[in-house]
Amino acid sequence: MNTVSEIQDAVKGAKRIRVRGGGSKPALSQRWCGDGTHLLDLAGLQGIVDYQPEEYTFTARAGTTVAEVAAMLDGKGQYLPFDPPLADRGATLGGTVAAGLSGSGRYRYGGVRDFLIGIRFVDGRGQEIRGGGTVVKNAAGFDFPKLFVGSLGRLGVLTELTFKVFPRPPAFATVEAEFEALSDLLAGLNAVTGSAIDLHAVDFAPAEAGWRLWVRIGGLAPALEERAGALQEIISRGVGRTGLLRLYRDQEEERLWQEARTMAWLAEGMGLARVPLTPGRIPAAEDMFGRAQPASRRYSVGGNLLWLGWPESGDLGETDGKQDDPRTLHRLLMELGLRGVQLIGRGPRSEGLSEGGEGPLLGEPVQNAFLRRISAALDPEGKFGAW
Amino acid sequence: MSVHPLMQALARKYGADRLLTRPAQLMAYESDALTAFQQRPAAVVIPQDREEVIETIRLCHEHETPFVARGSGTSLSGGSLPIADGIVIALNRLDRILRLDAAERIAVVEPGVINLKVSEAAKPHGLYYAPDPSSQSICTIGGNVAFNSGGAHCLKYGMTSNHVLGMTVALPDGEVATLGGESLEGVGPDLPGFFVGSEGLFGVALEITLRLLPIPETYRTVLAAYDSLHAAGDAVTAVVASGLLPGAIEIMDALAIKAAEVGAKAGYPKAPALLIVELEGEAGAVEAEFAQLMQLIEETAPLEVRMAQTADERARIWKGRKAAFSAVGRLAPDYIVQDGVVPRSRLGDALAEIDRLSASYGIEVANVFHAGDGNLHPLILFDGREEGALERAEELAGEILELCVDLGGSITGEHGVGMEKRAYLPKMYGPVEMQAMEDVRHSVDSLSLANRGKMLPAGEAESLTHVGPHPLEKAGVIFRE
Repeated sequence: MNTVSEIQDAVKGAKRIRVRGGGSKPALSQRWCGDGTHLLDLAGLQGIVDYQPEEYTFTARAGTTVAEVAAMLDGKGQYLPFDPPLADRGATLGGTVAAGLSGSGRYRYGGVRDFLIGIRFVDGRGQEIRGGGTVVKNAAGFDFPKLFVGSLGRLGVLTELTFKVFPRPPAFATVEAEFEALSDLLAGLNAVTGSAIDLHAVDFAPAEAGWRLWVRIGGLAPALEERAGALQEIISRGVGRTGLLRLYRDQEEERLWQEARTMAWLAEGMGLARVPLTPGRIPAAEDMFGRAQPASRRYSVGGNLLWLGWPESGDLGETDGKQDDPRTLHRLLMELGLRGVQLIGRGPRSEGLSEGGEGPLLGEPVQNAFLRRISAALDPEGKFGAW
Repeated sequence: MSVHPLMQALARKYGADRLLTRPAQLMAYESDALTAFQQRPAAVVIPQDREEVIETIRLCHEHETPFVARGSGTSLSGGSLPIADGIVIALNRLDRILRLDAAERIAVVEPGVINLKVSEAAKPHGLYYAPDPSSQSICTIGGNVAFNSGGAHCLKYGMTSNHVLGMTVALPDGEVATLGGESLEGVGPDLPGFFVGSEGLFGVALEITLRLLPIPETYRTVLAAYDSLHAAGDAVTAVVASGLLPGAIEIMDALAIKAAEVGAKAGYPKAPALLIVELEGEAGAVEAEFAQLMQLIEETAPLEVRMAQTADERARIWKGRKAAFSAVGRLAPDYIVQDGVVPRSRLGDALAEIDRLSASYGIEVANVFHAGDGNLHPLILFDGREEGALERAEELAGEILELCVDLGGSITGEHGVGMEKRAYLPKMYGPVEMQAMEDVRHSVDSLSLANRGKMLPAGEAESLTHVGPHPLEKAGVIFRE
């Protein structure tokens, strides 16, 4: 699909539609949607339509890669502050929005939902519809851009996107700290996120022994050293017995967060799921996932997001001794009262999606009366796999 | 529509003190802060808890009677104007902060909670609620949610929708839905984001989960006077291009400065244009940024520069700015305020055109605006006692809205479409977009009961009436910005 009219024709002619962008989240683009499904490959629908550095905005076609946009913005000292993940695997803007994906930098100024200001999409009737606008502030009409964040291709086909961008801080610094126990880490986390220090990113993950926390700050270089000192002091107040602190600067620092964006911690052949939560839910989540091997994981956005590496087979090693009752991620999340989305990997069996019984939505159901009514209006024949 | 059986049903639920039907009781609800519109509802009900709100909505649906949810009635777009023969659901008694979790940095509130009360409750924990509409001492979170309210500090941290994590809402037939949650991140379509700013058309928010932020450690505010609006605009361009990200960037023109002097004795320099730039954050970072900002401003050849180093000095700078709107009332018997948005780089063009329109209509226009995000606030001055003056002012306002659309902007940055601008929404969006909005609305609310006649052009137009400023505005409690 290289043009909008091709997409419109395809939607009009098809019974069911599934969308693929860069293929970086195969659990979404390869999901089973029933027989007679038409696959729309949007990788060809690419290109920057407009970039206005002085307006802090750009517009691009949905298949444009995040990498291309990042390079363009970098040339003008700007960036998408929410650190869109998986750019190295070919993630597109459309896929990032449809999957609702924000990375570590989301902590500072908000996520993809906060930076997407305008969209064009093809609805279930094959019409191209514009939502939002191209200016950074706009309260006119229904906010379709926000609706499409996380819509997983099931409300319409995104064709063009307008984003707000911000100036990139001239310099960054990251403080790394180690904690022996989860409770120590959470105390340190609370001390840091409750302070008046402007934090760009707050991630943490299990380490060889205990936990490792990374806190990123940014701004004018001359003030950064002193601010990093203040940050270290706040963290060390909450540090447990291990208490190793380290300061990263320059390329070494940049590499840390590049690795977060590419999910470098995720072992080969592992699936990847994304689970929103709050810091208060982490002990319960750790109770469950900490025992489950071989699950690897990284918490991001100050403990508001869990990236979970999962065996592609979908079955956990631990089955509570009942071979016929695999403790799938879907069930574990149900037990925790959480929701998740499978992004990479064939994924565990799940009751989350219709027909196939195998799909990206995990845990607590997302559907509700409001969403059903919206879906019925935009996609009356259920071509996109109605919500 | 059969109001009487509904009135009987409501009377069984509500005592006479919470079901208002007498004209004298209804008068206070006939207008919101856009006083040019007036409409008497059939009744006002005053529920005390969410169950009563849900039950009232169900009854309205059963009796096919339209309803408007209302908070403090500070809408500047006629968003909470009653519907003729409809019901007003006054949410002021749903004013509880249900939970304030300092560790998770969220507040769960009822819709009638006053915006500023959230920040006050959060303050002991070193937290605050960021969106700061000028009416924040009186406007409610429910109204902020319905209209995606902004404020002077949107540039850095966004509007209401950027701070709402989750909601429990009653859809227009009384069915209850939970949208979002307590995490900054979600799964599935961003339903809180879609509900915020829907101007009451999707129903009523019953419980709202808000994100709280740590209170900035320090503020540094600078006021610079320029010999022209253009020069002030160039300074904004320079600040923006430098990569600094101020919390607020505001500009006032000569007439607005005059109003601020008359109204608030702000002690501003006498100049054709004033620029206010405010940095906020941790002390070390703000100090470094402030040095850069001052250097930039010096290079833009200002007539005069004043810096606020203390909280008092900061308050003095903002006092004139915040009071400029109501103070304009001292210069003319009445005024209309618009809030169109233009691309930041077209601000100069927009202001020149507003100047030209002002001259050709022979109507004075004062300009105060959020320059950082291109959000204009032209104040169109008129005397409502003059025959046809309101209509001509509205006509000029309409031309300014069309100008904003022509320049690639929006008809509203933060006030919403409401009653006032619904004729202009189709100028911003095409027939396909308008139909899509109608379709979604119809699917959510098949009888078009929730805030019927707002945002989407529908039904017969209300007639304009001149009634002067809102009583609260006269009292200096609310401001039109």
